[in-house]
Amino acid sequence: MKYIVCVKQVPNTSGKVAVKEDGTMDRSKMATIINPDDLNAVEAALALRDRNPDAKVIVVSMGPPPAMGMLHELLAMGADEAVLVSGREFGGSDTFATSQILAGAISHIGLEKDDIVFCGRQAIDGDTAQVGPQIAEKLELPQVSYAADIQQEDGKLIVKRMLEDGYMTIEVETPCLLTCIKELNKPRYMSVRGVLEFDKKPISVFDFETLKDEPLIELDTIGLKGSPTNVYKSFSPPVKGEGVRVEATTDGIRGMVAELCDKHIV
Amino acid sequence: MILNEKQQMLRKLYRDFAENEFTDELLDRLEETGEFDWDIFHEMAKYGFTGVKMPVEYGGEGGDSLDYVLMIEEFARVSPVLSLYANTSNSLGSGPLLFCGTEEQKQKYLTPVAKGEKIMVFCLTEPGAGSDAGGTLTTAVEDGDYYVLNGRKTFVSGAPVADYAIVYAKTDPTQRGSRGISMFIVDLKLPGVSLGKPEHKMGIIGYPTCDVILEDVRVHKDDLLGPKDKGFRTAMQTLDGGRLGVAAQALGMAQGAYEEALRYSKERKQFGRPIKDFQAISFMLADMATEIEAARELVYSTAEKKDAGDPESSKLCAMAKYFASEMANRVAYKAVQIFGGYGYIKEYKVERFYRDTRITSIYEGTSQVQQMVIAGNILN
Repeated sequence: MKYIVCVKQVPNTSGKVAVKEDGTMDRSKMATIINPDDLNAVEAALALRDRNPDAKVIVVSMGPPPAMGMLHELLAMGADEAVLVSGREFGGSDTFATSQILAGAISHIGLEKDDIVFCGRQAIDGDTAQVGPQIAEKLELPQVSYAADIQQEDGKLIVKRMLEDGYMTIEVETPCLLTCIKELNKPRYMSVRGVLEFDKKPISVFDFETLKDEPLIELDTIGLKGSPTNVYKSFSPPVKGEGVRVEATTDGIRGMVAELCDKHIV
Repeated sequence: MILNEKQQMLRKLYRDFAENEFTDELLDRLEETGEFDWDIFHEMAKYGFTGVKMPVEYGGEGGDSLDYVLMIEEFARVSPVLSLYANTSNSLGSGPLLFCGTEEQKQKYLTPVAKGEKIMVFCLTEPGAGSDAGGTLTTAVEDGDYYVLNGRKTFVSGAPVADYAIVYAKTDPTQRGSRGISMFIVDLKLPGVSLGKPEHKMGIIGYPTCDVILEDVRVHKDDLLGPKDKGFRTAMQTLDGGRLGVAAQALGMAQGAYEEALRYSKERKQFGRPIKDFQAISFMLADMATEIEAARELVYSTAEKKDAGDPESSKLCAMAKYFASEMANRVAYKAVQIFGGYGYIKEYKVERFYRDTRITSIYEGTSQVQQMVIAGNILN
């Protein structure tokens, strides 16, 4: 039984954005964190594994070699194996290309009847929420997005899906794919032993050579060149100036109206 | 010192845990009630903090002294008192057992202590025997398969919540000074053990401290720890590690106080500009940052040398504690100074840091005792 969790290393939003000439982000120059929703996905998988000791949690990430550091942290949290999908040919992929490659990687690992694929709802850099559902489509798996609660019953999952105005409870058979939201759980920390012994666990790198023959991957629709969408421009929004506090008095309001008139806003 | 990947990961773990779990609400509650918080202690045990540098075979995590120092530093940076929660088991509580416990004693006592299931404390100081531990008046008299202990131990950190204590007692009154002292593992539930009332302390409030009183306490011979009459040497060895822990604690407190002052200096405006723009303030911050960095290098390198069995590690542990604790007091003083009147108000964190740092130059050997140790090492 396997719980495969797709995770992404994302820029720390408290830092500055570095942009390459082609408009995509220069991730090597930015401070990074594990995408927050993905941590909830990892925790969900670890919690299920804790109840099913025969199962193992495999964390999979696509990214440049420094993303290995993030996978080490996830092993230190308790994941059993890590796979880094990394190759120049994969760089600059949009969500369509990324989900193909990740679906290919999951296929390469192999999916069985009881397996579950977990993703975070969306990454805080792209904010698309597309990769999880696209992986499910490519693997032809049933999918439940926005999982806020997961119960396991007789080989099936009962998943509470959080919607804007309520919940939807869905029964789904495995194998399936779930996208997780922060309301699902509180991710655990790494543990001391986990850190000291993470390097005893299997860590693999799937490069282009490993995956190029996977039927789910079409070689002309991956990477920056093959991606159907292209980033036109990335930038940090300009920092807004300090606001002006207006006293709630007749004079204060009169002054504000005068200023708005000066600026031809009213 | 450049930390390797695992050390950096541990530091991240300790920092994330402290910043998220040591909430203002918890810290205020500790300060107000002075009581031990079991929930956070159990949470610490769950992640392995209570056994960081204890061997895996005795329920610990198998880390080294630097892994431990990083934890104490990061915890003390957010909460000096909570750094003690994870400290005792790794330091004074387990030290004597690790040095000279029998296999049975280690299995019986160390394993639950490493896992945070039991708490073990260190009873050396007496009302009349502090820095001069040779003046120990507590006695242990052989009686069949037992020793009968009588005496009073004072300032025992953690005693009100402890299960066991390492007690130093005179077993051979004919030997003078620090000779003729033995160590015992005392179950604090034994008949004849009683506790004084928790002390009202200046700082590190929330980790209760009290006296342990022993009246005809019958301790089985199996719980004699190490060779009879030679306990004092082990006490000194344990204190080396303890001093390194206090140095790390002082370092973390200084870092916490400094960060508060740095942030405040950018926010607080006087004479139309942030006070950081005044040289008087910026030079204080520069001094603080420099001293902290110097202490950090000393503490980290001492941790590594101690593990490597460096023959000078006893002196280095004394130096690290001496320098880091005095430094922390200077830094906390300046932090309060930068806050001005606000720094004197309990609502502000630097007020607590100022009180908490004070203990670091006192417990586990005052600065003056460290000077004695250092001088003794360099002059002999």
